[in-house]
Amino acid sequence: MNTELDEEYQDLSDTVRDFADEVIAPVSAQYDEAHAFPYEIVAQMGEMGLFGLPFPEEYGGMGGDYFALCLALEQIARVDQSVAITLEAGVSLGAMPIYRFGTDEQRRQWLPQLASGQALAGFGLTEPEAGSDAGGTRTTAKREDGQWVINGAKEFITNSGTDITRLVNVTAVTGTAQLPDGRTRKEISTIIVPTDTPGFRAEKAYSKVGWNASDTHPLSFQDVRVPAENLLGEEGRGYANFLSILDEGRIAIAALATGAAQGCVEESIRYAKERTSFGQPIGANQAISFKIARMQARAHTARLAYYDAAARMLAGRPFKTQAAIAKLVAGEAAMDNARDATQVFGGYGFINEFRVARHYRDSKILEVGEGTTEVQLMLIARDLGL
Amino acid sequence: MTQPLTVVVLVKHVPDAKEERVLAGDPPVVDRSSGILSELDEYAVEAALQLTEARDNAEDRVLALTMGPAGAAGALKRALQLGAHGGFHVLDDALAGSDAWVTARVLAAAVERIARHAGAPVDLVLTGMASTDGETSLVPGQLAERLGLAQVGLASSLALDDDAASLTATRDTETEVLEVVAELPAVVSVTDRINTPRYPNFKAIMAAKKKPVQTWSAADLGLDAEAVGFAGSLTEVLEAVPRPPRSAGRIVVDEGEGGIRLAEFLVAEKLV
Repeated sequence: MNTELDEEYQDLSDTVRDFADEVIAPVSAQYDEAHAFPYEIVAQMGEMGLFGLPFPEEYGGMGGDYFALCLALEQIARVDQSVAITLEAGVSLGAMPIYRFGTDEQRRQWLPQLASGQALAGFGLTEPEAGSDAGGTRTTAKREDGQWVINGAKEFITNSGTDITRLVNVTAVTGTAQLPDGRTRKEISTIIVPTDTPGFRAEKAYSKVGWNASDTHPLSFQDVRVPAENLLGEEGRGYANFLSILDEGRIAIAALATGAAQGCVEESIRYAKERTSFGQPIGANQAISFKIARMQARAHTARLAYYDAAARMLAGRPFKTQAAIAKLVAGEAAMDNARDATQVFGGYGFINEFRVARHYRDSKILEVGEGTTEVQLMLIARDLGL
Repeated sequence: MTQPLTVVVLVKHVPDAKEERVLAGDPPVVDRSSGILSELDEYAVEAALQLTEARDNAEDRVLALTMGPAGAAGALKRALQLGAHGGFHVLDDALAGSDAWVTARVLAAAVERIARHAGAPVDLVLTGMASTDGETSLVPGQLAERLGLAQVGLASSLALDDDAASLTATRDTETEVLEVVAELPAVVSVTDRINTPRYPNFKAIMAAKKKPVQTWSAADLGLDAEAVGFAGSLTEVLEAVPRPPRSAGRIVVDEGEGGIRLAEFLVAEKLV
């Protein structure tokens, strides 16, 4: 039993940590304030191979694994959740479905540009009436003359409207299956839609509470026609496929949330030593030091939870429940730590340019996105036979 | 096709400037048991990589050389992760306390040994502008002298001519910018303005584990124990004391004339 990192993981983590501190952190507040997508940072992350971490070298990847991606996400999210989610969604939701379910031709066409960070892909799953309940999917794709004709709308799609977004993996209803009991169920498939296809539109970006430098749009599809071979994975298997993508993604989001929680600890320690009140550093008061100790305990717990889920996944063992637990505790750790950190910072915690204030705004979505806290609880309860 | 180029980069393992430095031993020296590749040496590694990458000759070699205790392997590892092809570590307890004079002597012997080891002459030795701990900047000049090579100090740009027979470098001094040309082989120290060092990617981190590292003792380099370390050094550190804690400073409460008080302070301290 060992939770120490192997040397190459540790070196990767240290390198990304340096990059986050030296390159990302100094400009985070500016991108956040301007609600601007960090193209330059994404390009540099691409050069470092971060977008290719879990993919084999033959597709332009780094030959690493999903855990390597998680470590990178944790280190980046300490200082900037917007940049971290751009990487997370780009790899785990954008490129990974193509790697997992694509044909060799689809992989060769798309993965090299995605793995290098020169292009981004979105994952068009969520709809106004379908999130974790994918049965509510209304977007349709009908076969016509060797093409898919797609109509519908998607909501909250990350990386879907940047200048370098090249495609969106879209889930759509492609048929109806007859169940043995006579009821019917929608058959859902995933289709690759290049963003330059006529009829596809990334609508106006949302004004969000946080993750301001991350790119998020509603999408609309009006008679969008793509070749039949753009089907990603088996027809009718879209539901099962994206559930497996979401299971993995929860580990990545847990890693991101762990980083956010740790970032709050680091900032709080620094400030508690620096800021004096009544003649001593505020950290000398147990009201502050105990608060920070508890924050550290949350971050540590969250990290162990995602390490465990990732280890199970890499070993090929079931990890669905562990991923749900990791997502649950890490998301809550991030939000709780952000609330405590802003308290440690007093008035400055309410000023947008301070990192802890950004974490406060950014962390809320960690209890919602990639399955709400309640969905995680549902999955855990189900595993307990409840 | 031109002859393959062999570039040796000197890399030093130093205490991380972001952390507290600790003095240990008798006489006390800075504890180097944990540390990082001197940041100023990363510019030298990057310069070597850019020079060879621009040539696109698969037989070119960038070799990292360090002298220091066991922990110095960390500096080599970093250089290998950045892209150096191989590493050389001069490791010997007898080297403890070596001053710049001895260090240059040991490194000169190591560079000559590398040429024999590689079966090819060393064309270029690159160094940082200083170490981030000792900061004497004495080693590059002494090394060039011992090796009998041309020396260019503090280069802020560096290029090789087409057949790699000579190099052109820019030197920024306080009053002028000089362009200098030197024939290879040469020793060049580079400044922190020459490039932006890369971050290693995961593929390179994995690849570094398989790259060869050769370890040599002083004796392997033909050096007597008396000629190195404290015994062989010309300078001696008599005392090392931790930097005194920063004094509290003077707090001036701004009651409307803060600007004037600040100006008075600057004038009194002869800062303006």
